[in-house]
Amino acid sequence: MALTTYVEAIRQGIWEEMEKDERVFVLGEDVGIYGGAFKVTAGMLERFGEWRIIDTPISESAIVGAAIGAALMGMRPIAEMQFADFISCAFDQITNFAAKSRYRWGAGVPIVVRAPSGGGVHGGPFHSQNPEMYYVHTPGLKVVCPSTAYDAKGLIKAAIRDPDPVIYFEHKFLYRRIKEELPADDFVVPIGKAAIRRHGTDISVITYGAMVYTALDAARQLEKEGIDLEVLDLRSLLPFDREAVLDTVKKTNKVILLHEDTRIGGFAGELASVISEEAFEYLDGPIRRITAPDTPVPYSPPLEEFFLPKVSDVIRVARELYAY
Amino acid sequence: MAETKVIMPQMGESIFEGTLTKWLKKKGDRVQRDEPLFEISTDKVDSEIPSPASGVLQDVLVTEGQTVQINTVVAVIGDESAASGPSETAAPSPPQKAETTVEPARTREGREPDVRSSPLVRRIAREHGVTLVALSGKGTGIGGRITKRDILSHIEQGGTGAKTGIIAPPAPIPPARPAAPPAQPSLQPLQPLQPLQPAASTGEGERVPMTAIRKSIAEHMVHSRRTSAHVTTFFEVDCSRILKAREQSRPEFERAGVKLTVTPYFVQAAASALKRFPMLNSSLDGDTIVYKRAINIGIAVNIEGGLIVPVLKNAGGKSLLEMARAINDLGDRARNKKLAPDDVKDGTFTITNPGQYGGLTGTPIINQPQVAIMSLGGIKKRAVVIDDAIAIRSMIILSLSFDHRVIDGAMADQFMADIQKQLEIWQA
Repeated sequence: MALTTYVEAIRQGIWEEMEKDERVFVLGEDVGIYGGAFKVTAGMLERFGEWRIIDTPISESAIVGAAIGAALMGMRPIAEMQFADFISCAFDQITNFAAKSRYRWGAGVPIVVRAPSGGGVHGGPFHSQNPEMYYVHTPGLKVVCPSTAYDAKGLIKAAIRDPDPVIYFEHKFLYRRIKEELPADDFVVPIGKAAIRRHGTDISVITYGAMVYTALDAARQLEKEGIDLEVLDLRSLLPFDREAVLDTVKKTNKVILLHEDTRIGGFAGELASVISEEAFEYLDGPIRRITAPDTPVPYSPPLEEFFLPKVSDVIRVARELYAY
Repeated sequence: MAETKVIMPQMGESIFEGTLTKWLKKKGDRVQRDEPLFEISTDKVDSEIPSPASGVLQDVLVTEGQTVQINTVVAVIGDESAASGPSETAAPSPPQKAETTVEPARTREGREPDVRSSPLVRRIAREHGVTLVALSGKGTGIGGRITKRDILSHIEQGGTGAKTGIIAPPAPIPPARPAAPPAQPSLQPLQPLQPLQPAASTGEGERVPMTAIRKSIAEHMVHSRRTSAHVTTFFEVDCSRILKAREQSRPEFERAGVKLTVTPYFVQAAASALKRFPMLNSSLDGDTIVYKRAINIGIAVNIEGGLIVPVLKNAGGKSLLEMARAINDLGDRARNKKLAPDDVKDGTFTITNPGQYGGLTGTPIINQPQVAIMSLGGIKKRAVVIDDAIAIRSMIILSLSFDHRVIDGAMADQFMADIQKQLEIWQA
């Protein structure tokens, strides 16, 4: 069986849901004739026609606003942001309308907002950001961050079928670097469930998105020194898998929180609070964070490399924590 | 005033009562948490019981020599200062007596001096009744911090705050014994029980009541015979590889302060096989088979007047060195009556070693509620046929008694074949 890339997995997931459910449609900038900036919607215009693959003006607010309206009328729209960096233009639509509609009127808004995010692609400050926390901080939304092709497909399907708004962060760095064999059957990955990517006994690394691979690379190197990392991939940030987080902390008693997003107000802060509130007596060392520094994402490749958390950072912190 | 009730602890899963043999504190004495409070003797273990809380021994409810059921309240400790350190049982109470409030300096009394550790280490210490001061200076973490590994290995080696006597070392106390005349120790627990005949003039010797431990073994053995459908299978194993491995490893183990016998090899092989045959690591609860998550291997130890089975916990995850150290330690403490209640609990499989006295093999009785027990015969050089040539090999006969209610012969033999194979291809 052929290997499927992360980006192709997203395309397959959307395609299959559109075949199955005629309420599902796509709207966004250049999603039609051009097939999307990253080719996620390539070939869809030919298959599904211009009523279901809709090219829009360059206005994220209009894209999400139209999607919300369609969702209220019974449709299942998938709104593509060309880059997650520009989702801020739709902030009001997402946080004040989509997120609060069920609470205010009992009217669910089953939209998916796809947001290609993340650095490592030399995109500079407007094409590399990880803006997930604005939405994690908004009750009423769901936020997912797949790291594997399997999860990319399983979570886009779960997001499309979900009765509420889901912000789907897809990591650009993983698009064509990650490949795996996918089952032929229809499958979904439940929103809110983490996955252990590597079982270990000494230190837990809790992470998501592209950093899963940073953690796994570090684990392979640390193994030679006898330091055994467990790597937990959160997959969903809102809601997140509290039980899996606490279980891994209770198992290894030491924890590193790793994310590509900047430090202050990053998801690591929330995790650290939950762990110290609910698993304090299981900690055998300080909770350590590895994150990007609190700056914009630099354009210069050497600076970007400095900015992003690296394998060597994980190795250094793990050694310190192991010895603690 | 907050009170802490002191109970008669359960000293093993089949134990329902214990005899309080000696009070180490008098009513009105101050005690600190983990300080030895009284001594008990049960069918299985003689032990010092540490105080669960700091305070004043307010009430003594059971007198020396009295036998009470487990969980009976034997004493009450009054919490002298409501403002002192956290105690799970102490409820906050308003200051009522002047004496509890006039001495704020006392609020820290009863707390351990600052020893660097972690929330996890402090919890483990509390749960095991270990005083962290006992580990002071022995921490291997940064700045001498006591780490999880430090405290776990301390506990594994049998250390508790009470036993190391760091706080208020107790006066040396002779080992507590059940109040019974010295019995002629019988080392044959499998011996059929002869009903005592009335005294007659026919040459009958002395009549001696059974000791508590003897009675317990007797009951346990008959109970097991009645409960399980015992079947025993025998496997002959070539020990050449493990004997060679032992010769190679012995100096290294000696440097680590551990005497290496052959027993750990058999325990490790059994632990590994139990992972693949979880049915052998189960027990029967009515009509339900309960698979045990942990592999806790009991190892029968001969002691004065009977037999005790301390349990090697989580045998599945131990290296040979850890295993050898733990087995030696359990054996030593069993013989010195230093086993803690937890040491004889929660076994899931048992190994007995009658071969040390030269026995060829045995048909052991299952240690309830387990479903299998393995017996090690004596290792002896024998002539064996290998590829149509006669060779001299060190052979052992392993036997496995299993409960045919849950385990069939095929599975028992596959399990034993697994152990046989591991031992015969052992790589040092």
